[in-house]
Amino acid sequence: MPGQRIYIKGNEALAYGALESGLNAYFAYPITPSSEIPETLARELGNKKYPQYKCFIQSASELEAINMVIGGASIGNLVMTATSGPGFSLKQEGLSYSACMELPFLIADICRAGPGLGNLGPEQSDYFQATKGGGHGNYRIFVLAPNSVQEMASFPKLGFDLAFKYRNPVLILGDAYTGQLKEDVEFPTLQKPNYDVSSWAVGDSTGRKPHILNSLELDYQKHYENMGRIFEKYKRAEENEVLYEEYLTEDAETVIVAFGIVSRIAKAVVNSLRKKGIPIGLFRPITLWPFPTVPLGKLASEGKRFLDIELNAGQMIEDVRLAVGTGTKVDFLGRWGGILPTEREIERKIQRVEVVAA
Amino acid sequence: MSQQSVFKIKAGKIKSLTENPTHYCAGCEHGTLTKLIAATLDELDLREKTIMIDSVGCSVLAYNYLNCDHIVAAHGRAPAVAAGVKRLRPELNVFTIQGDGDALSIGLLETIYAAKRGTPITIFVVNNGIYGMTGGQMAPTTLPGQITTTTPYGRDPASTGTEFDASGLISQIDGAAYVRRASLVVNEIPGPRGKVYTIKNLLDAKKAVKNAFKVQALGGFALVEFLSTCSVNWKMPILEAKRYVNEQVIKRFPLGVYRDTYGVEKA
Repeated sequence: MPGQRIYIKGNEALAYGALESGLNAYFAYPITPSSEIPETLARELGNKKYPQYKCFIQSASELEAINMVIGGASIGNLVMTATSGPGFSLKQEGLSYSACMELPFLIADICRAGPGLGNLGPEQSDYFQATKGGGHGNYRIFVLAPNSVQEMASFPKLGFDLAFKYRNPVLILGDAYTGQLKEDVEFPTLQKPNYDVSSWAVGDSTGRKPHILNSLELDYQKHYENMGRIFEKYKRAEENEVLYEEYLTEDAETVIVAFGIVSRIAKAVVNSLRKKGIPIGLFRPITLWPFPTVPLGKLASEGKRFLDIELNAGQMIEDVRLAVGTGTKVDFLGRWGGILPTEREIERKIQRVEVVAA
Repeated sequence: MSQQSVFKIKAGKIKSLTENPTHYCAGCEHGTLTKLIAATLDELDLREKTIMIDSVGCSVLAYNYLNCDHIVAAHGRAPAVAAGVKRLRPELNVFTIQGDGDALSIGLLETIYAAKRGTPITIFVVNNGIYGMTGGQMAPTTLPGQITTTTPYGRDPASTGTEFDASGLISQIDGAAYVRRASLVVNEIPGPRGKVYTIKNLLDAKKAVKNAFKVQALGGFALVEFLSTCSVNWKMPILEAKRYVNEQVIKRFPLGVYRDTYGVEKA
């Protein structure tokens, strides 16, 4: 497949991206709008192109799936699961344990409208749950936010690299749109993965002391120290792993902040308003955790105004406000329930902001 | 009694046991099971190839006692974690020790589906009729009328149902290859100068452990349920608790081989 251009859905691209990255096993529980991921990976089991891909199991529950992932990650294999909102809530237990046990694996949340069953349309309303540690206890997981089918294809490799570098779960946070959208993609030729797991993974313990993967520590002081070491790791990630895209921000007076599918609409708005001479730019966080606080703060220090656009009632805006500080105006445009803002709506909102500012 | 002769271990320590003292309460059979498993791992030369999935409950600290690799699972999820390991590394020996609450209440789905899929793992369930680690609440295996901290007037089947027959249920599942109920409780028998204790139950339990690992090596799912006491939370003296199992509990939970697809019991 590398070298070819193919026309596929975002969910299928994510599945093939994982296979191309060296996926060993997938543990599935179906939920709309993510089900093409397990469907693709069920089909590809046994494909000689992916000899390392050995196992696909459809579990009896979301909990069973994430705990099978925990088993597979514990032996240092490249394993993955995917879900959508309601299932992502159920996965939080496993993510909390995994963060403490420092297990590397990939999980995708193809976010739909919530809360509860909501509907099957796109939302970004799992932002809080994804970025703040949705389960119990102090922890973080990496959150990557693709905005195209191409990124759905290429982020699994990025995700596995981060997961094994930091021994931490990595989430790909898509939405019903990035999952269901069909676009042209190209898969790069990737090296065989070669992550060193020998110091911690369980397996054949001949000639070494037992490895114990555990989140329990009854001694308060030891737990304080263990978690302190993990928090240091999070700090290193915040310093080194931030990804974002800036588009025409240099001379912009107003900067739209948007991630995922919304950033695509926002970019079209920037292009169309630039033609009318309005100095506007786009800032797109690619890693939602670690959040690009520093570069966003730098734009604020240059005196720019911000318009935050999300498919929810305002979640990332809290991180944007923290980044830009209280002296900077951050406007908000939110759509939820499966509805996307149109370019025209965004343009009208920006022109109002411009008028108020003038 | 000489443990060496009972477990057929040559002089010297059991390699699969660490030297840590256990945290188990006096009279508890968890330590007995740990030792039976360790001795069996030595006998089958499986220690280095074994991954234990520790569950939540009194068994959670087993990683301090069994000298092999461990993954400590969330409450009820040990069979799913075990499946994740075993499906990718079928040459490893993967087993869990779970309490009745872990395996039959919060983790019942995981237990049933591990059996249904014929996952080649071994599950040891300690049935002591109570939630021990949380301080003595009703378990799925609590007998009708039994007093616990959440059934202070005795378990009332009208609202809580009756005790859960794990071996009976799992043996109905076609994917299960070996299901046996054993007891870790010693028996009193009359001797020439008063009562003596027989360890027949422990020998049977040891055999069940060994067969369960053998079944895994043959590619089958095995579950062994062990009757056990919890004198602390039953609020009974140790010997009285053991008598209660041998005289009362055993009537509701008969010992025996419930399923043996490969015929390992006869071998």
